Amino acid sequence: MSILEARNLSYTYGVGTPFEKAAVKNLSLSVNEGEVIGVIGHTGSGKSTFVQMLNGLIKPQSGQVFFDGVDIWSKPKEIRKIRFKIGMVFQYPEYQLFDETVYQDISFGPKNKGLPEKEIDRIVRKSAKFVGLSDRLLKQSPFDLSGGEKRRAAIAGVIAMDPDVLVLDEPTAGLDPKGRDLLLSQIMQYHRERKNTIFFVSHSMEDIARIADRVLVMNGGVLEMLDTPKKVFSQAEKLESMGLRVPQITKIMLALKDMGYDIDEGILTVEQAFVEIVSLLKKEGKI
Amino acid sequence: MTRDIALGQFVPGKGIVHRTDPRVKILLLIAYITLIFCSFNFVSLGIITAAVVTVIALSGVSFKLYFKSLKVIIFIVIITSLLNMFYGTGEPIWQLGFLKLTMSGIYRAIFVTVRIILLILISSCLTFTTSPTDLTDAIERLMSPLKVFRVKVHEIAMMMTIALRFVPTLLEETDKIMAAQKARGADMESGGLIKKVKAMTPILIPLFVSAFRRAYDLATAMECRCYKGGEGRTRMKSLHIGKTDIIGIVFSALVLTGVVLCDVFILPII
Repeated sequence: MSILEARNLSYTYGVGTPFEKAAVKNLSLSVNEGEVIGVIGHTGSGKSTFVQMLNGLIKPQSGQVFFDGVDIWSKPKEIRKIRFKIGMVFQYPEYQLFDETVYQDISFGPKNKGLPEKEIDRIVRKSAKFVGLSDRLLKQSPFDLSGGEKRRAAIAGVIAMDPDVLVLDEPTAGLDPKGRDLLLSQIMQYHRERKNTIFFVSHSMEDIARIADRVLVMNGGVLEMLDTPKKVFSQAEKLESMGLRVPQITKIMLALKDMGYDIDEGILTVEQAFVEIVSLLKKEGKI
Repeated sequence: MTRDIALGQFVPGKGIVHRTDPRVKILLLIAYITLIFCSFNFVSLGIITAAVVTVIALSGVSFKLYFKSLKVIIFIVIITSLLNMFYGTGEPIWQLGFLKLTMSGIYRAIFVTVRIILLILISSCLTFTTSPTDLTDAIERLMSPLKVFRVKVHEIAMMMTIALRFVPTLLEETDKIMAAQKARGADMESGGLIKKVKAMTPILIPLFVSAFRRAYDLATAMECRCYKGGEGRTRMKSLHIGKTDIIGIVFSALVLTGVVLCDVFILPII
């Protein structure tokens, strides 16, 4: 069943000024419960504006967003309730940390939600565990943590609201490769347990290829493609014309195919490529 | 919400006012402000009003923006003119208790209102047509004689430049942090004053932290480029007095003479 639906969303910045710029144009989509949607697009393609319309931080100038079949702006005064259901992790979320201890900071969301004390304690510890923060770190000031730990703490602060839809805007930007992999696998672990819907905005095609069920491609404010990673990344030329690219391994495999080898064009990870090449070699009797 | 402030905003353009040397503009602004407060009858007030209107029409900035900057001070105008209305001397035209409305009070109110409006218009004209860097540059040059008294002119100008430069950055940052905290369910609209002030903590703390971080980064970046104050520094763009500046100066000199003559030969009203 579709949990989130967008109908003809449009948003233009600076209407009536010389700086007028359409960020999102007539965007419609429908997302099923438990899906992981990877969002890619060139800088300025309207990704961030689009995801902020999903939880009502930006009110669309035309079009509607439906959560569980209800228009989120039908009762403008209750828009806050939607924000607990659709959690949003911004780019560089570590800059939003403010409280005395990491524990208190993570509990900011659940407190705003009005949960009882006991429930807050449970959910804060659970969220901290999801992102791999130890109990010792919970007692520290968020400003004493390392960059990666701060990022985790900020993400835990959003997870602690227990949202049905989680929007992550470039959660791995600026992390080292090890931190990236760790955070990505923690998010996926969380997704497997909580089974919620995830929007994952990223510039890393490799990350998107690894985790997304469907990939949403935005270009100049328009939804250009919305399909499985396999189908999206098989259109390397079209993506490159939009200033994007396909995962490196996909590019290699597409090049091999161009050279005349019989290879599936939707290879997205090194593991898949390994299996494909081995089977190809076996077929040709080389091993 | 933070985007609606029109006062002190630069509007790029290529008109005659934009091209005038910022030093000349600042000096002329001072001259105009003095004139505005030295016009004591309707003729001189009329001349200075005509001059200000001419300048803002020539500036090529839309009148809408000027109105926007006037909106900010509308309350001050109303309150001061009301006060002045009842502070006149002479025969009361109308009386209610201790409130006496006199002809001189009404004149006074008119003068105060027009003066404040002209003041805002002409100073807005300077900030609309001069980029912040030009402005601080000009201030530095104009203040340079003060170096004799060991005033750190360059440092003051640099501080002003940096402060102005970071206003939009910090506004943007505030918007971002607000959005992030709203996404965590922060409630900033409802509740009484104390609750609203408390609700600002999650915004102010990250904002301060990031302002300090930016300051450190900027200091490091400046040191990396061997910045060591104004001593021996040359400029990429040096200021020159040109034809446009002469036109501006001559125009203003005429206005000045007009106002002074009117003040001398026509009886003052207030």
